[in-house]
Amino acid sequence: MALIAEQLLNGLQFGVMLFLLAAGLTLIFGIMGVINLAHGSLYMIGAFAAALVAQQTGSWWLALLGGVLAAAAAGMVMELVVLRRLYARDHLDQVLATFGLILFCNQGMVILFGRQPLFVDLPPAFAGAIEVFPGVPYPSFRLLIIAVGLAVALGLYLLIQRTRIGMLVRAGATHREMVRALGVDIRLLYTLVFGLGALLAGLAGVMAGPVSAVQVGMGEQILILTFVVVVIGGIGSVRGAFAAAILVGMVQTMLTAFVPGLLRGVMPASEADALGAALSSMGVYLLMALVLLIRPRGLFPAHA
Amino acid sequence: MRDRLILAVLLAAAIALPWVATALDQPATTGVATRIACLAIAAVSLNLILGHGGMVSFGHAAYFGLGGYTVGILWEHFRLAEPIFGLIPGSNQLLVTLPAAMLVSGVAAAIIGALSLRTSGVQFIMITLAFAQMLFFLFVGLKAYGGDDGLMVRRRNEVPFLDLRDLNQLYWLCLGLLVVWLYFQHRIVRSRFGRVLEGIRQNERRMAALGVPVYPYKLVAFIIAGMGCGMAGALTVNYLRFVSPDLMAWQKSGELMIMVILGGMGTLLGPVVGAAALVGLEYTLGAITEHWQFILGPILLLVVLFARGGIMAIFGVRRG
Repeated sequence: MALIAEQLLNGLQFGVMLFLLAAGLTLIFGIMGVINLAHGSLYMIGAFAAALVAQQTGSWWLALLGGVLAAAAAGMVMELVVLRRLYARDHLDQVLATFGLILFCNQGMVILFGRQPLFVDLPPAFAGAIEVFPGVPYPSFRLLIIAVGLAVALGLYLLIQRTRIGMLVRAGATHREMVRALGVDIRLLYTLVFGLGALLAGLAGVMAGPVSAVQVGMGEQILILTFVVVVIGGIGSVRGAFAAAILVGMVQTMLTAFVPGLLRGVMPASEADALGAALSSMGVYLLMALVLLIRPRGLFPAHA
Repeated sequence: MRDRLILAVLLAAAIALPWVATALDQPATTGVATRIACLAIAAVSLNLILGHGGMVSFGHAAYFGLGGYTVGILWEHFRLAEPIFGLIPGSNQLLVTLPAAMLVSGVAAAIIGALSLRTSGVQFIMITLAFAQMLFFLFVGLKAYGGDDGLMVRRRNEVPFLDLRDLNQLYWLCLGLLVVWLYFQHRIVRSRFGRVLEGIRQNERRMAALGVPVYPYKLVAFIIAGMGCGMAGALTVNYLRFVSPDLMAWQKSGELMIMVILGGMGTLLGPVVGAAALVGLEYTLGAITEHWQFILGPILLLVVLFARGGIMAIFGVRRG
């Protein structure tokens, strides 16, 4: 019972992490119509910048600020220099150009920081554990991740549903040409949305730092899962991204936690662990294939 | 006439390459050329659906890897002298393993294509990627065949009248198969089937309105592309004498797409030129700095942004 409760929290934590990345990606997808493979690079840039600031200053909170700002700045530069030219192109060109960006960013990080993974200390205030349910202690930093993720989800909801900028974002997602015709500076809006997406990706990277190692290639590992989330949720839908992120986070965590144990009943332990890990990695992609076959536009299609 | 002359000269140069390499004391070149020939077969196949059919598959490394694993697994069972599932005997004969590799990847492409082609656009890109990732993780988990570490194939497959342990002979074999495969693609593209495929790329809805059943045409093209990638994978594993899940990683799918675009999408020789250019860039930049990807990334970016039509367009050859 305690194990299940802990795994549920792990699933939730992984889910909100995916949401931080997927929210930006789905907005960029939905509004600019561009597939940005380099979104994972922004996540990596955020994590590295935070690790650097933490090393230099020793303060985790300054690191948080530094990581988020670095990712947002990198994202806006990326948009101004490269992605702006890709909006009118077909998906193939977008995939290839941003693939080139990944190579550039990854190798740039190797040049700056080397191949050795960096490790970031937990912020002292969140180094301990809290007993969430009786008998279930849970690391308080992971609870902080969940809280931040949920707060961002709420904030995004308010921003998109209740503010003027949010209105433009919604209008841009459904009737791009009409918004432009009404005299809105759509290029500025695009840059801002891209910056926001980059900022959230950077935030995810900063939060991931103390939980897992900061290393080159960390972006691509999570990027593909993020795409799965975006596609399952319905491209362009933040609400869908949230639901799908929690779903994917839960499914992935539960499969990883319990499939090897079930397999151990029928085969030797080491083989069961390897096959279990493989099957649980496949599970999420199977889920996506199923969703797409039943609802080709995802769970919450934005352009209904 | 001029085109044929150029093709003949290029082919003669490709055939003579091992002797020239030996004469210039650059024996490593033949290995590089073998790799290029293998990758070119895969890129030419992908071009059929990407360039002529307008289907952006982000998962064709999966069939490349499946073809490679077919060779690896058949070798493993041949070595251990125990049939697969007690039924299928292993083999080290290329005349068996190569068709087997094409069959396996063709069947996989039929299943995956039949499901994926129900979607289109971004969803199609992502679902092909998802299936490729599934296969990738499946092979990572298959400890019996090396899992993450991959599988050694200690000796190259045997072919009557040839000795593939001699790298030159392997190169000529790959080159020969590439030429055969190019001729096959050339015939497909000029056939009625190819015309329909081109029509689907330009306007799928109009083709459907003309009464063409679009789905089976796309599926058959998807399967042919999968089989070609399977053949390329089988040859690659014979060259490397090693197979691992890396062959089907999503980056490989991206690289195959880059070869097609870099060379010139929808042209006959474009993918071959693209494969040669990408591998060549890798080697030349790799000789200058270990951070060659730092330079390659922006080059790709510039090609996509400013060089429509790829390298073939520089020589005045465009889709058409």
